Amino acid sequence: MAHYPTRLKTRKTYSWVGRPLWDRKLHYQTYREMCVKTEGCSTEIHIQIGQFVLIEGDDDENPYVAKLLELFEDDSDPPHKKRARVQWFVRFCEVPACKRHLLGRKPGAQEIFWYDYPACDNNINAETIIGLVRVIPLAPKDVVPTNLKNEKTLFVKLSWNEKKFRPLSSELFAELNKPQESAAKCQKPVGAKSESAESPSWTPAEHVAKRIESRHSTSKSRQTPTRPLTPRARKRLELGSLGNPQMSQQTSRASLDSPGRMKRKVAFSEITSPSKRSQPDKLQTLSPALKAPEKTRETGLCYTEDDEASPKRCIILRTRIPASKTIDIKEERILTPIRGGQKSSVMPSVILKPENIKKRDAKETEAQNEATSTPRHIRRKSSVLSMNRIRQQLRFLGHSKSDQEEKGILPAAEISESSSDEEEAFTPPVPKRTPRTVSRNLRSSLKSSLHTPTKMPKKSLKPKTPRCATPQIRSRSLAAQEPASVLEEARLRLHVSAVPESLPCREQEFQDIYNFVESKLLDRTGGCMYISGVPGTGKTATVHEVMRCLQQAAQANDVPPFQYIEVNGMKLTEPHQVYVQILQKLTGQKATANHAAELLAKRFCTRGSPQETTVLLVDELDLLWTHKQDIMYNLFDWPTHKEARLVVLTIANTMDLPERIMLNRVSSRLGLTRMSFQPYTYSQLQQILRSRLKQLKAFEDDAIQLVARKVAALSGDARRCLDICRRATEICEFSQQKPDSPGLVTIAHSMEAVDEMFSSSYITAIKNSSVLEQSFLRAILAEFRRSGLEEATFQQIYSQHVALCRMEGLSYPTVSETMAVCSHLGSCRLLLVEPSRNDLLLRVRLNVSQDDVLYALKEE
Amino acid sequence: MSSRKSKSNSLIHAECLSQVQRILRERFCHQSPHSNLFGVQVQYKHLSELLKRTALHGESNSVLIIGPRGSGKTMLINHALKELMEIEEVSENVLQVHLNGLLQINDKIALKEITRQLNLENVVGDKVFGSFAENLSFLLEALKKGDRTSSCPVIFILDEFDLFAHHKNQTLLYNLFDISQSAQTPIAVIGLTCRLDILELLEKRVKSRFSHRQIHLMNSFGFPQYVKIFKEQLSLPAEFPDKLFAEKWNENVQYLSEDRSVQEVLQKHFSISKNLRSLHMLLMLTLNRVTASHPFMTAIDLMEASQLCSMDSKANIVHGLSVLEICLIIAMKHLNDIYEEEPFNFQMVYNEFQKFVQRKAHSVYNFEKPVVMKAFEHLQQLELIKPMERTSGNSQREYQLMKLLLDNTQIMNALQKYPNCPTDVRQWATSSLSWL
Repeated sequence: MAHYPTRLKTRKTYSWVGRPLWDRKLHYQTYREMCVKTEGCSTEIHIQIGQFVLIEGDDDENPYVAKLLELFEDDSDPPHKKRARVQWFVRFCEVPACKRHLLGRKPGAQEIFWYDYPACDNNINAETIIGLVRVIPLAPKDVVPTNLKNEKTLFVKLSWNEKKFRPLSSELFAELNKPQESAAKCQKPVGAKSESAESPSWTPAEHVAKRIESRHSTSKSRQTPTRPLTPRARKRLELGSLGNPQMSQQTSRASLDSPGRMKRKVAFSEITSPSKRSQPDKLQTLSPALKAPEKTRETGLCYTEDDEASPKRCIILRTRIPASKTIDIKEERILTPIRGGQKSSVMPSVILKPENIKKRDAKETEAQNEATSTPRHIRRKSSVLSMNRIRQQLRFLGHSKSDQEEKGILPAAEISESSSDEEEAFTPPVPKRTPRTVSRNLRSSLKSSLHTPTKMPKKSLKPKTPRCATPQIRSRSLAAQEPASVLEEARLRLHVSAVPESLPCREQEFQDIYNFVESKLLDRTGGCMYISGVPGTGKTATVHEVMRCLQQAAQANDVPPFQYIEVNGMKLTEPHQVYVQILQKLTGQKATANHAAELLAKRFCTRGSPQETTVLLVDELDLLWTHKQDIMYNLFDWPTHKEARLVVLTIANTMDLPERIMLNRVSSRLGLTRMSFQPYTYSQLQQILRSRLKQLKAFEDDAIQLVARKVAALSGDARRCLDICRRATEICEFSQQKPDSPGLVTIAHSMEAVDEMFSSSYITAIKNSSVLEQSFLRAILAEFRRSGLEEATFQQIYSQHVALCRMEGLSYPTVSETMAVCSHLGSCRLLLVEPSRNDLLLRVRLNVSQDDVLYALKEE
Repeated sequence: MSSRKSKSNSLIHAECLSQVQRILRERFCHQSPHSNLFGVQVQYKHLSELLKRTALHGESNSVLIIGPRGSGKTMLINHALKELMEIEEVSENVLQVHLNGLLQINDKIALKEITRQLNLENVVGDKVFGSFAENLSFLLEALKKGDRTSSCPVIFILDEFDLFAHHKNQTLLYNLFDISQSAQTPIAVIGLTCRLDILELLEKRVKSRFSHRQIHLMNSFGFPQYVKIFKEQLSLPAEFPDKLFAEKWNENVQYLSEDRSVQEVLQKHFSISKNLRSLHMLLMLTLNRVTASHPFMTAIDLMEASQLCSMDSKANIVHGLSVLEICLIIAMKHLNDIYEEEPFNFQMVYNEFQKFVQRKAHSVYNFEKPVVMKAFEHLQQLELIKPMERTSGNSQREYQLMKLLLDNTQIMNALQKYPNCPTDVRQWATSSLSWL
């Protein structure tokens, strides 16, 4: 068995690499990379998110294995600041002995299992990480290699959920296969910004690169599973583990080649006239001389460690894939520097980047200090705790040193980041985002990992029984097409569902709501807020945004942690169901409405165990109205209890809802914290459209303005505005003669879209109706004029109708025919008619103004 | 010899004709997606592009198809769906949910139906039989799970869309439109309705979430096109087995469409309604007159069918009445004239009738009052007269107020065709003073 060094032999210092991801308002600190420095040797290991790590446990021989999901900082727990979130793997020896027979075969020596047990705590102290390990997922049909010499390579084939072994699901498999890809993805936003700025200049190059990229990933995923079995790959593995597997040496090797790597990268990005300079470079890498063992060893390592440097990856690929592909790679290698060069010369964002990274670094160090945690079992936990105590004492020694080193790394980090940005920027489906959204991206991944029972009980109770498995629409076998043209891209961004990275024109409201909730959280009290506004003014979106920010703040420990619950009156079948929903989201319990109300009252109104604050969003409040108003009363009464620590945000459309429909005792409890969202003005709508489209040149300025003005004049509904613009792009596309060169959306197009959506169809309907229908309408007008009333019986109109037909030389209409005509017009709602069993006596009214009818009839 | 020949001819004809009738009746009765679309190319393109975008790009959409009854809304969507499903990569990637406002009369039933059609119950066994609230949260959960790129797009087709708008709180519509406007499972909501005021039915929040795309089908074709449709609908397809017969038949149809009297019939029909279903009705009646001995349609067939179509139904009922009942109707007509459409009761009618009988005793037998009452009740059963308010058991039937549901012109026209009508009665009808 391999022998892994732990704290007893070496001391290690941990520090963040790169800047923390930084939000617009909040201090949310997550990190991309961590640097582990082993005392005694001048080397360091860089650990990145998505990589597989060894984590120290009570057994030095077999440290725990996990995949790093996230690095972050936790302030709430002062002694330990650096924390990490991981996905555990278990070794066969960690499986309880009584269940080992379930595997049904002899486990491979280096076989590990994906630990699919949500109850296990995945939040650990980042300083318990020992180092990197290589984990290779195997397809179900593959055989676990047993007699490998390299002990630092582990194989995962099955997952273990404390009950049985299961093959890895295909998504999981794919995810494991390319851990670095996911890590790289998180970084894209920085680059995305720069890409959109200069997009026109290098579109052709981009296409090529994109193609290569996709080929890259496919070839990689195709090859990886079989790699351990191919002789060549095995050879490389052996090469990779040449010498002894001791950790210290591995780290030294890693650090030895890492400076070299950086240097090369630096050189790369410095090339500004790439066609000349990069050519020799490429040739050099292509030459067989470089396939020397040393090189391959490095690539082997590199694969697990750092795939972000695109040139690097090319090299790896080249050694792995058949010769036919090399040409493509060559192309990319030429292209990459071009982009890099342009970027650094053109874009100010690149200049900003180092600072960015550094900031994150600093944060990360703090955060990681904080992180102590309870890995999965109690035995683990205890061992980790004791270890931490020791490390605490040792830490101050290496701290200052690591800081210095971080600075040294910075340029390299910057470059690797920017290069990965370039790669990622080519995937158009992902909306371009500014740095702020990075945190959102991360947050989502974080959220998924957060769903452990300890943190969020409401989620944890879900998989209680198999019957409660979350339902899902089956996924498509063929991936959705990505937008191919500018107009399609614009359409995607203009869709209401596209989550904007910020909500323009709602800054004040955002701030107000944010401050309100934050102050309640900080004061550890409760309160109510009423938000009103006509549909489509961004009420719910703003509140969601606030909650997102607050949740990030809570992660960063700027505000106390809280629980966020959302109910929507429209998504309930009956007002009292709101109790059921709240209870279920709060605790995961299921109960009848009455029982749920009791439980909630007990929870909120009795002084008891200290609990975290609950933020409750009640959307469409007016639908919770009941005759006794007990629901509203309860909702607003709970926050007034001191122990409840409940913040209720309510949303409805009418400004005076509390006064109009609520009893005094209810509206009194709601309080006077009101906020009203005004309909968007035309300039605001314009700004919203512009911010969505950003640099994308799909609309003429006037076209946007026209839509904004039209909508602002009618309703100020942002949804309408977006829908019209979307329709306008379609009209533009239809009217285009050549599909490959879509032009801009002009005023004419948006005018047509506006007309289509707002114009009433009554007049066209009348114009297109049959002769008899038209003369029936005339008869109605004549009868109205005769009687001076706006209503007539069918019999009266019929006599008029007969007279009219006689005048116009139409054939005599029978009562049946006329009745058919009448009911036909009635079904279109051009007329309002009584049910036809009244026959001759049914009363008829016009649903259109008489002038409109006259106008429509006169036209011909 | 010749007779045998004609016999075999007619045999062949009989065989062909039964096939002709099968083909054409199928065409008239079923809205097969194979038939051609008339004059809705623009709308069709709009709809099919929209569906394609949902299927291929995972873009959520909502659209309403609005048009009067019989304007081809269902045909349009069926056509578009058929074309969509013919695309290979789409057919197994798209789920369809068909709902009808006349069948799913409330949200509870609609939710169960959606769950059933999405085959979601397979996922969690008995879930579809849960309570309404559970169903809703279950379905919302399911739809929320997906995202644009990975989930199967779902196409919701809501027939009789206006009826869904009458459901309580419009919960279903709100949720469907909400999903279509948020980053969840991509769905396309397609509503079919004949109401032009549909948007006014939607609650403001629902309305805001609806994308306001409307496709209008207006029957905007003119008469020449109508004749063309007539021709196309009657023509036999090229793959008809007996080519010779098909040729002859189509020639005949061509000849018919140029015939003046036929054009007149069609013009009349066209001026009443542009609805293609009414044309189908006319053609169906014409087709039924085709027999082995009369293998080709003639203008006369068409005219007779047209007469059948435009027959006044109430006049037909009046033709079948007894003389006594006719007399009562005439009495009611006079009462209407005298009292200006005020309601009447049996006693008044009976008195009026008595006056007439006393004057012209020889022409109509003087029936006893109960007999007249019986006749009066028969008229009420035929709904030629209608009580003003609901009949309550205790009120005296003689004095219940009634209204006549026949127009004067209807009565006069019916009398003219009434067989064996006594002259006195006819005279009495034309003038209320004739008995003097």
